Amino acid sequence: MQSAQRKYNAILTGNDAVAVGAKLARVGFISAYPITPQTTIVEKLAEMVANREIQARYVEVESEHSALAATFASELAGIRSYTATSSHGLLYMHEMLHWTAGMRLPVVMSVVNRALGPPWNIWTEQTDTMNQKDTGWMQVYCESNQEALDTILMGYRIAESEKVMLPLMSMEDAFVLSHTSEPVSIPDQEEVDGFLPPLDLKFRIDTNNPMGYGSYSTPDGPFMELKKDMIESMKNSKNTIREVTRNFAEAFGRDYSGLIEEYAMDDADYALIASGTLASTGKYVVGKMREAGRKVGLIRLRFFRPFPDEEIVKATKNLKGVGVLDRSVSYGSSGSIANEVKSSLYEKSSIPVTGFVAGLGGRDVRIEEFEKMFDYIEKGKTGNYFIGDREGN
Amino acid sequence: MPFSIPTEEFMEPGHTACHGCGATLAMRYVLKALGKNTVVSVPASCWAVIPGAMPYRTLDVPMVYTPFAATGASISGLREALDIQGKEDYNVVGFAGDGGTADIGLQSLSGAMERGHNVFYIMYDNEGYMNTGVQRSGSTPYGAETTTTPVGKERNFKRQNKKVVADIMMAQGVPYVATATIAYPEDLIRKLDNARKIHGPKFIQVLATCPTGWYYPPEKSVEVSRLAVQSGVFPLYEFQNGVLRVSKPSKTVEVREYLSMQGRFSHLNDEDIAQLQEYVNQRMTMLLEKEKDTAKPGP
Repeated sequence: MQSAQRKYNAILTGNDAVAVGAKLARVGFISAYPITPQTTIVEKLAEMVANREIQARYVEVESEHSALAATFASELAGIRSYTATSSHGLLYMHEMLHWTAGMRLPVVMSVVNRALGPPWNIWTEQTDTMNQKDTGWMQVYCESNQEALDTILMGYRIAESEKVMLPLMSMEDAFVLSHTSEPVSIPDQEEVDGFLPPLDLKFRIDTNNPMGYGSYSTPDGPFMELKKDMIESMKNSKNTIREVTRNFAEAFGRDYSGLIEEYAMDDADYALIASGTLASTGKYVVGKMREAGRKVGLIRLRFFRPFPDEEIVKATKNLKGVGVLDRSVSYGSSGSIANEVKSSLYEKSSIPVTGFVAGLGGRDVRIEEFEKMFDYIEKGKTGNYFIGDREGN
Repeated sequence: MPFSIPTEEFMEPGHTACHGCGATLAMRYVLKALGKNTVVSVPASCWAVIPGAMPYRTLDVPMVYTPFAATGASISGLREALDIQGKEDYNVVGFAGDGGTADIGLQSLSGAMERGHNVFYIMYDNEGYMNTGVQRSGSTPYGAETTTTPVGKERNFKRQNKKVVADIMMAQGVPYVATATIAYPEDLIRKLDNARKIHGPKFIQVLATCPTGWYYPPEKSVEVSRLAVQSGVFPLYEFQNGVLRVSKPSKTVEVREYLSMQGRFSHLNDEDIAQLQEYVNQRMTMLLEKEKDTAKPGP
C-alpha cells in the first residue's frame, strides 16, 4: 500500500481527520445530533463554520432521525450534504437510511462504530453498522485516520458517480481511531478540487420543473424496477470503487487497492479476514508468525457493501483455510462478515471457513487471541467461535 | 369585481381524495395564496396518496415525500439548501396531517420552529389517522369514536381532550401561529399573506373536515367546518409577534349543533355533550384572556 506516501503534515485524531475530509470535500450542508464518540467530528465542523474556514450551513437538529431528514432534503435541493453519528444514533436514523438510498441521494456520512446497549457501552463494536447492511448504503471500514480522511473524498466521488447514485457511510472504530492521534497527510484544497468536482445533481428541486420525489407506487407501478435499479447500481459501484481508488492513488499517492486489502497473501496457506483496526493488530501478528516461519496472511475487508465477493474468492483461491473475524453479533446466526464470506465461497471454493466473534463492547482483542485464531484456522476447525470472553475461550 | 381568492390553480384535476375532502381544499387554497414558487414536503398521510401513484402528480409545484416523523426536519434542510443557492424567494412548506404533527412529528416540528428556519408548516387537521382508516390521534377531540376508540359495551370513545398544536406553538413563541378552516378561505389566504411577511417559522393549523372519518355526507364539509368555528370548538385566531387576535364569529351556535351533524359523536349523551360544551367555553375564555394579556403594551 501507500506506494508514494506523501509527507505527513499534521497530527490528527480520527474525528478531526474526518472533519478535515468533509471540509476539503466542500460540503455545503451539515446537520447532526451529538452522540459519543461522534461528537468531536461535529464540534470541529461547527468550529470551522464559525471561523469561516468552510462555506456551509450547519443545522443543529433535535435528533438523528431529523439529522438525516434535513440532510437528505438539502441534498435533494442540490447541495453536497454531510452528517455523522454512532451507535444508537445510527439506529434512530434507520428509517431515513432507507429513504435517502431509495431517493438515490449521494450523501456521505461518517459513523464511529460503537456498541449498542443495554448495557450502555460507548466503546467500539460494529453491530450498529452491520444492522444497516440492507439499507442501500455503501459501507467502508477504515483502518487509519488517514484512510478516514481520504474515504470522505473518495466517498463523495463514488456516491455521486452517475453509475452509482447511492449514499455511503464511512466507519471509524470508536476511540481507537476517533480519539487517537496519528500523523496524517492533509492534501491541498486545489488538489482535492481537481479530484472531486462540485456536485451537479441532475434531478434537484426546481419550481420551473416541478417533480414529485418519492411518491407511491402500486405493485404494478415502477416499484420493483426501481429496486432492481438500486441492486444493479450497488453491483456496478464495485467498478466505480476500483476506478476511484485507482484515481485517488494516482492523484495523492495512497493506494487503497479497491474493496479489500491483501497483506502477506502472496504465498500464504492460511489467512484471516478482518476489518477496521482489528486488521492492524492482525497484520502485526501475521508479521510475528511469518518470522516464526508460518505461512499466514491477512485480508482486510474495506467495503462490506457492496460485498467484495469476487475479491474474496480470488484472494482465498490458494489457501488451505480461512478465518473471519467479526466484531459484531447477529443473535441466532454467525458473524455478519463470516456469513457473507461463506456465501461468496459457496460453489466456488471448498476451503474450510472458521468464524470468530471477538472484541464486543470494545474489549481488546489481544495478540495471543489472534494467534489462537490462526491455530484454529490451521487445524481446519470449521464452525463459529466466541473469542476472548471470561470463560477462557 | 375582483375575486377574493386568487384564480390561478396549482392543483390539477384527477386527484384521488375522497369526496368532500377538507384536506384537498386546504392544499388548494394554500397554493393559491403562496403561488408557483413553492416547494411542498409531505409526510406519510392522506396527502401522500391524494396526488396519485407514480408517475402522476396533482400539484404543479415540486413535492417532496418524507417519512412520517420527518416533516419539520425536511423543510429545515430544504430551506437552508435553497438559500445557499440564492433561492430565498422559494416558499418552503411542510404540509402534514394531525398524526404527523401532533404525535409522531411533534419533535421534528418543534425543533424546526425553534431553530427559526424561514418556512411554513401547515397542519391539516382532520382529527385522526384518516389515511390508515380513522384511528385516534392526539388531535382527535373528546367524545369522538374512531376505529381504535370504538364504542361498544364499554363506550370507549376518546376520553381525552384534543391536543391543540397551535396552542403549543404559541407557548413555544413561534413568530407566526394561526388557525383556519376551509369554510373561510379568504381568512386562510389573508393569514398566509400575513405569514409570508414574517422571515422565520410560520405555523398554521387548518381544520380539514373529513366526511369519511367524521361520518357526515360529503356535501356538508364546508358547513361542518363553519359550525366548528361558530360553536367555538375550533376557534380561529392569529398570533403574530407575541400578540394574539381571536376571531369572534358573527353568529354563534351551541356545541351540540356541531356534534349532531357527525356520526362520530352520535353515541354521546347529554352529560358528555355538557362536558364538551364546558371545555369549549373554558378554552374560549382562556384564549380571550390571553388576547387581552398580549394586547397590553410591553414594559
